[in-house]
Amino acid sequence: MASLRAVTGTVARVRDGWASAPGRVRWPVYALLVLGALILPADSIGSFMSPSSNWSDLLFFPIGGYILLAIGLNVVVGQAGLLDLGYVAFFAIGAYSMAVLGKLHGWDFWAIVPVGIVIAAASGVILGAPTLRLRGDYLAIVTLGFGEIIRIVAQNTDSIGGPNGISGIPHPPTLTEWAVPDVQPFSGLGLGGLQPFTYGALDSRPYYYLMLLAIIVVIVFVVRLNRSRVGRAWAAIREDEDAAELMGVPTFKFKLAAFAIGAAIGGLTGVIYGSQATSIIPKNFEFMVSALILAAVVLGGSGNLPGVILGAFLVAWLPERFRALNDYRVLFFGLALVVMMALRPEGLLPSRRRKAELQEGTGGMGGLGAEVAGPDGDPHEAKAEVTG
Amino acid sequence: MLLEVEDVHVHYGKIAAIRGLSIEVAEGEIVTLIGANGAGKTTTLKTISGLRPLSRGRIRFDGRDISRMPGHKRVLAGIGQSPEGRGVFPGMTVADNLAMGAYARRGDTAKELAEVYELFPRLAERKGQMGGTMSGGEQQMLAIGRALMARPKVLLLDEPSMGLAPMLVQQIFSIIEEINRRGTTVLLVEQNAAQALQIAHRAYVLETGRIVKSAPAAELLDDPQVRAAYLGGGTDVAEAEQPGEA
Repeated sequence: MASLRAVTGTVARVRDGWASAPGRVRWPVYALLVLGALILPADSIGSFMSPSSNWSDLLFFPIGGYILLAIGLNVVVGQAGLLDLGYVAFFAIGAYSMAVLGKLHGWDFWAIVPVGIVIAAASGVILGAPTLRLRGDYLAIVTLGFGEIIRIVAQNTDSIGGPNGISGIPHPPTLTEWAVPDVQPFSGLGLGGLQPFTYGALDSRPYYYLMLLAIIVVIVFVVRLNRSRVGRAWAAIREDEDAAELMGVPTFKFKLAAFAIGAAIGGLTGVIYGSQATSIIPKNFEFMVSALILAAVVLGGSGNLPGVILGAFLVAWLPERFRALNDYRVLFFGLALVVMMALRPEGLLPSRRRKAELQEGTGGMGGLGAEVAGPDGDPHEAKAEVTG
Repeated sequence: MLLEVEDVHVHYGKIAAIRGLSIEVAEGEIVTLIGANGAGKTTTLKTISGLRPLSRGRIRFDGRDISRMPGHKRVLAGIGQSPEGRGVFPGMTVADNLAMGAYARRGDTAKELAEVYELFPRLAERKGQMGGTMSGGEQQMLAIGRALMARPKVLLLDEPSMGLAPMLVQQIFSIIEEINRRGTTVLLVEQNAAQALQIAHRAYVLETGRIVKSAPAAELLDDPQVRAAYLGGGTDVAEAEQPGEA
């Protein structure tokens, strides 16, 4: 325990320093992180990170995919404080957009990306408009149902393949056949001869770079959003929705916006996933994915982007790294989550304010079940609130 | 009249919480709404500020019918509220909480901020502290200060004395009087009827969703029924009256 405390103390000090660091310190660090991500598929890294399976496959999905999904779910759960248990639905909608438009209608990947994002965002609005008057656990149950509905509809709709899904989804067109020159330092890393913009069936690394690009763009978008009036409104809604409305925040509109943006990011992930997967089936989009992504967000530190990314990485990578343990790895994974939540309920890298919110029992996830107020005219809360 | 509530009914599901309530608040007044637990005091305030839809009746504010106006727009119309349980944003600093108070307004808020810090010097000392880590009294000050940031015409206060030490209650109530003296109309909901009646101009007594009495506050302080029910003076009154009758 003492060493754990020492570690967390150091982490806290580093974060304090980082929070006040000027741009000339920050930008080189960002550049180094991107460089690190670019050489991540290297053989030497892969042989340690995943000795028993193909590292670059893993990097694309689940690792990259989970990270992007977790960033999207974090908008809904971590920033706006809405518990969404059916997030996989938007991932599925993105993937099916890619499959249907690409395979059946012959669209180009780059044209499907914006369309898939819009379809997913629209479905987020369609789900959100009637349900966002619900709060806390009520909302969780409805979103859980939505996730299942999407999967079951896909399974029972023969025109999109039913339970067999859609196969033969086209890959993105090759942008350029340019290859990384096979000289040092690239050849030493095993990256020599790699064609990063040629999307074929065998090499996952170009898809990984595509996912990485999407992650970087989405991070910039989400961070800027969070620092704007929108981000402040979300924080207020998360911490006390009634008080937020009293401050003049159009809470319903902003909750809907959080849903739509989260859904759009889920849809984007789905389109990219579909473009590599060649075939998708409804079984790829089970509740387990929603649960894992939510676990990633909570484990890493809901509301804090670096934490969420770390959480998604661990959730995606740990079960693969310990494949040797066979089915027991899931057991250990569950055990690790339970221990984690017992010792550090705010997540690995929580934000300061998240800690304060948890102590108050607010903040969406933190207040799960603790929230009494409900939707307008909801009979369940009558007893609790008439006493006012 | 600045605020007129006319025959308002509010339901939670099928249960009626407010049944035909009418109150009026004139500009510059402190009006208090007293009543027991469950009488519908908080629901009344929530309906005025737009957190609760009304099922019948009408609310007029500043000459406009606002019955169907969403809550976030009523802030700009001039209704500010310090909600029940204070509703301070726990993860935001005092300064950020106050900035949220001015969320709906664009433009410079330095003047309002200075005024809030002047009314509550304690908040000025704790600008950087997280709202959730403050004491109950400080949170109440923050909730009132935050509502003032929107420069409301009427300030709705829901149980500002709840859970506070007697010394602090005194302090909060004298600040409410000061806010009123500076020109803000106040509608105060209180269980602590004795305190509320001392600073209010007029008062309404609310029982199970209906107004059962309305009078100048000073009169209610002496009303035997009100004393018996809300001021804990039941036995006193009985003893005082018996010799008179005998």
